[in-house]
Amino acid sequence: MSGFSFQIDGVEVTAKPGQTIMEAADEVGIYIPRLCDHEGLRHQGGCRVCTVKAGGRSVAACTQPAAPDLVVENETPHINKLRRDLVGMLFNEGNHLCPICEASGNCELQAMAYRLGMTEPTKFPYLEPCRPVDASHPDIALDNNRCISCGRCVRASQDVDGKGIFGYVGRGIHRHIAANGPDLRHTDAEVTDFAISAEVCPVGCIIRKREGFARPIGERDYDDHLIGYDIEKKRDE
Amino acid sequence: MSDLPKARIATASLAGCFGCHMALLDIDERLIELMKLVEFDRSPLTDIKRFTRRCDIGIIEGGCCNEENVHVLQDFRRNCDILVGIGQCAIMGGLPAMRNAIMHSDEPLRECLEEAYIKGPFTQNKTQIIPNDPALPLLLDKVYPCSEVVEIDYQIPGCAPTGDVIYEALAGLLSGRFQGFEREHIRFD
Repeated sequence: MSGFSFQIDGVEVTAKPGQTIMEAADEVGIYIPRLCDHEGLRHQGGCRVCTVKAGGRSVAACTQPAAPDLVVENETPHINKLRRDLVGMLFNEGNHLCPICEASGNCELQAMAYRLGMTEPTKFPYLEPCRPVDASHPDIALDNNRCISCGRCVRASQDVDGKGIFGYVGRGIHRHIAANGPDLRHTDAEVTDFAISAEVCPVGCIIRKREGFARPIGERDYDDHLIGYDIEKKRDE
Repeated sequence: MSDLPKARIATASLAGCFGCHMALLDIDERLIELMKLVEFDRSPLTDIKRFTRRCDIGIIEGGCCNEENVHVLQDFRRNCDILVGIGQCAIMGGLPAMRNAIMHSDEPLRECLEEAYIKGPFTQNKTQIIPNDPALPLLLDKVYPCSEVVEIDYQIPGCAPTGDVIYEALAGLLSGRFQGFEREHIRFD
């Protein structure tokens, strides 16, 4: 079966069979916000920031297959408000104190808040979790208080590195990411793993030691461009 | 110049570093235009300690770390039509909030004070007493963002906010047409 077309925000998009809405959108330069999805990792559909209305239903664009003549709404005030609330709740759940975080400027959570215009006073109290920091590994530290449970490190370690260093434990609000051992030092983790690389952890949870502030604040990924810029610029080419 | 009455502005620095007040100067020469439209009431800039009358806009820097901060903030809410939180400390506690959870302790406040006044490797405190003079405002159990204490109408993000976002917010509020920030200008650091 050859390609088919469908619509995103009134723009005609061509997709190949089996492609998800997000994959097809990325190819033509339409950015759909996402946090748990990352190029090179299998889709999870966990964070729901990529929620779009497809045929009037809310679906995760990263896992929902594109279909012929599907009408998708992406950048509407309503959907962006839902996304802003989702991202806001992630800020409430963890300790996301941007001024003291080494990831500030490279952080996808922060960049998503910028893109979605998250400046309203919070409606909820900050939970301020008090999870222990694991700095046992000679080259890597984990500050789980910043984790948003996107699972990118889980998939990167399992599928790309073939190690399975990280996994989900617990249920409901207690669900969190844990290392496969008493601490990170007692796992196969190495600083050269894809799962540990700067691109996998979207926040400042996985920290590579002795690298801090190598790039100063003001010269970082999202200091000059909105998140999604690299995808959106394809549209102008 | 118009003869319209000037908007009256009050400002306060709570648990902050005064950096957001300093950042007002980053508005640069646009400050001259703004100053034609406003006059200051209670503010560390004027050294007026109490409200002389009701204000149009109150600007709060810093969160609440002690009871005095809470009283000042409540006073601002009572006396200002629009209350604006400026900077990450007012918005979510900021650096002072590091003492809340980041101390990784069951009693973060006690641990913070003991580190500062007794156990710290560079502490020189011969009395080994944590300051407790009745004249000192009582510390709260943790540092609270302003929006957890009173209703905040608008927030100006940044640590410290850039001159551009401060100008965007103040110019918008003074003209009554503030619609939020250009998303390219939003920064939390």
